[in-house]
Amino acid sequence: MDKLMHDLKVQIIAQLNLQDLTPEDIGDDQPLFVEGLGLDSIDALELIVLLQQQYKIKLSSAEEGPKVFRSVKTIAEYITEHKPKV
Amino acid sequence: MHSSDIFVTGIGVISALGKDVNANVHALQSGESGIGPITRLKTIHRNVFPVAEVKYSNEELSHFSGMSDEISRTALLSVIAASEALEDAEIHTDSGLRIGFVSANSVGGMDKSEDFFAEFLSDHSKGKLRNIVHHECGSITELAAHYLGIHHYVSTISTACSSSANSIFHAARMISAGYLDVAIAGGVDSLTRFTLNGFNTLMILDTQPCKPLDENRKGLNLGEGAGYVVLVSEAAMNKIGKKAYCRLSGYHNANDAHHQTASSPDGIGSFMAMQGAIAKSGIRKEDIGYINLHGTGTQNNDQSEGTAILRLFGDALPKLSSTKAFTGHTLGASGGIEAVFSVLSVANGYVYPNLRYETPMKDLPLHPVTSFQIDTKISHVLSNSFGFGGNCSALLFSK
Amino acid sequence: MMMENKVYICSTGIISPQANFGKKEDFALASEYTGSSLHCIEPDYKSILDPKLIRRMSRIIRMGAAAALECMVHSEVQQPDGIITGTAYGCVEDTVSFLTKMVENKEELLTPTAFIQSTHNTVGSQIALLLKCHQYNNTFVQRGFSFEHALMDALLLLNENEAKTILVGGIDELNETSEAILKRFGLYRTNQNNLQLLTTSGKGSMAGEGASFFLLSSESSSGNIACLDDLKMLFDPNEETDVVQWIHYCLSENNLTWEQIDLVITGRNGNQQGDLIYDKLEFSIAKKTRFAYFKHLCGEYPTASSFGMWMAVSSIRENKIPFTVTSKTQSGTIRKVLLYNHDQNGHHSLMLFSAC
Repeated sequence: MDKLMHDLKVQIIAQLNLQDLTPEDIGDDQPLFVEGLGLDSIDALELIVLLQQQYKIKLSSAEEGPKVFRSVKTIAEYITEHKPKV
Repeated sequence: MHSSDIFVTGIGVISALGKDVNANVHALQSGESGIGPITRLKTIHRNVFPVAEVKYSNEELSHFSGMSDEISRTALLSVIAASEALEDAEIHTDSGLRIGFVSANSVGGMDKSEDFFAEFLSDHSKGKLRNIVHHECGSITELAAHYLGIHHYVSTISTACSSSANSIFHAARMISAGYLDVAIAGGVDSLTRFTLNGFNTLMILDTQPCKPLDENRKGLNLGEGAGYVVLVSEAAMNKIGKKAYCRLSGYHNANDAHHQTASSPDGIGSFMAMQGAIAKSGIRKEDIGYINLHGTGTQNNDQSEGTAILRLFGDALPKLSSTKAFTGHTLGASGGIEAVFSVLSVANGYVYPNLRYETPMKDLPLHPVTSFQIDTKISHVLSNSFGFGGNCSALLFSK
Repeated sequence: MMMENKVYICSTGIISPQANFGKKEDFALASEYTGSSLHCIEPDYKSILDPKLIRRMSRIIRMGAAAALECMVHSEVQQPDGIITGTAYGCVEDTVSFLTKMVENKEELLTPTAFIQSTHNTVGSQIALLLKCHQYNNTFVQRGFSFEHALMDALLLLNENEAKTILVGGIDELNETSEAILKRFGLYRTNQNNLQLLTTSGKGSMAGEGASFFLLSSESSSGNIACLDDLKMLFDPNEETDVVQWIHYCLSENNLTWEQIDLVITGRNGNQQGDLIYDKLEFSIAKKTRFAYFKHLCGEYPTASSFGMWMAVSSIRENKIPFTVTSKTQSGTIRKVLLYNHDQNGHHSLMLFSAC
């Protein structure tokens, strides 16, 4: 889980071009949107593609976004739960 | 001089509803939507998203327009609708009048650029240059202008989905200021993989025909087409002798300044645009008989636009509907196509149905017209166009 | 267009291949480039733009937004009554980025950022967002007239008394892809030094880019730099004599003779064919008037006349032509400047400036 969360932070920084941040700057439970990292609806769409690209996971609907993308931890949990069985 | 001195004496339109004004009116009257499966665009989304395609191939459009079928579909559509408008206005481009062509589009010759790019990416020396030479938005307008024989003033505006409302608005001001006698103004866009995929990344394309203003709306359908109005000064109108459909009595452009793509929840930009257009015309808001909405069918647009309308009009709502349920969202053409519909609304009292509307939006008591009506009491019609970048414009047409 | 009301230029903000960003004077040494193109010298954006916004902005948006904010900083105005931009190519980098991914990924796994920023009004709308400006916002995309039409629209608004101040700018970017494509049209030289571009006659010019913004006002103020007296355009003239006739008509409309113009700035770009008309003016029609050039400084691009305007305005403010050794000896102050530019012989524009 820690490895997954670290990977996610690296991927989020790259995908969203959060130039000044390092993975250490993002708390596992820190809210990603509005009051936290200040991400917005466009970032949510970027994250949906990130999950598809890196983890082959497709969100069933865009409305799931806010719940899944609340923090790095919630994303990691969602991935663990939905990862395609090999 | 005031904007009330600007008259509309010609209209031209091509859309999924048909290749001229008559065909479009017929479809609007009989409730026949132009939205259906993708048949022309080469895309992996063919069986996923419905669109409102113009039902003619480039070869057929070339035949209608007299231009080569190798040029961008966007230019073909532009020439067809602009020629119809000019002919309707009984204007000859060699008549000695100072004629302007003010068009709009959002992606220029992208339909050809896409083909160019596929070859170019593998090898920078590949790709036919004739497929990229008219990539620029302004280049499409110049192609059409040359064909129409207009050189005096040729301009293009590109403010995403509000583009052609702004071109009509700019043309009117050029006439008001005394620089032009006549202007053909409006806009065009053809369907491209670029825009279809772009809107798909925003997850705002409905996989079913769109339901503007409905609580259960799921997004928009893209469309293509072109729409132009011919604007003339009073002096030019008297000289030409063609009777006017109506006046362009008001217009306003404001910016939402909220987000690059999303509209603000309170619709400040759309509110200011409508309010400004009404103020410019000097009429009372109660006098507006019909609003042709921007009404794309996305959650965000319809909520924001609806909020602005309720704030502006309160309980005394004019009749309203979105014709995008017929034509799809034609992006840079939408303001022009809807201006044509609005002109006909003032001239003939037409009120268009908002197709597929069933359930009112929660907290937004807006009830669009659901059947075609002729209401001869209508004297003033408002047409809304909003776009990415917070660009909000409204046009007001009056008897 | 002839203006009923006087139009003042209050401030400028520019990012170009020359080191003129953030500077009001001391434009001594021109930057040197060798190759086919000139690229902008960009500032450190972090001190100018909110880092949260920068992360998403492509280069043209950063350049446009920073130049616009710079222009506002030098003015006494908090918010303009309108923002109007002109760009021929628009946001090339974002367009190319989305198009490339679309082709390479076969329309799958695409992300929205490049697409939403590919629209031509992105720079204008980002400026509105930064300034929280709800007023008039428009974008003109008419090839070699993109900037001129933006300026024209601004002049209309000021004359209609719909606005007192308008922020207007010309922006175009050059990137690897657009340069590769434009080169195939044979527009540029290879291995050329920009400082010798105008003295070595040949075929083609050098490519350029830039973002130049101006705050225009209908009100006189002690801080104003210059007045814009006239703007005229000529589209697709048949022959050279039509152009000459048109220029003379514009001068007579302004009651001016060549002798009364202190400086003519032309869009000479080194391309022999296109420079013929500039030669005609400089060496046979207005032999006694001082001429200066700007395209060796900013390169050739459809909105380059906006750099020319910066040059004209700066010449009046400084009483010295930035980065330039002029063709004829300097005498007297620079109070009246004519800028004449054409884009590939199709789009001709004239702008007339004077000291306030």
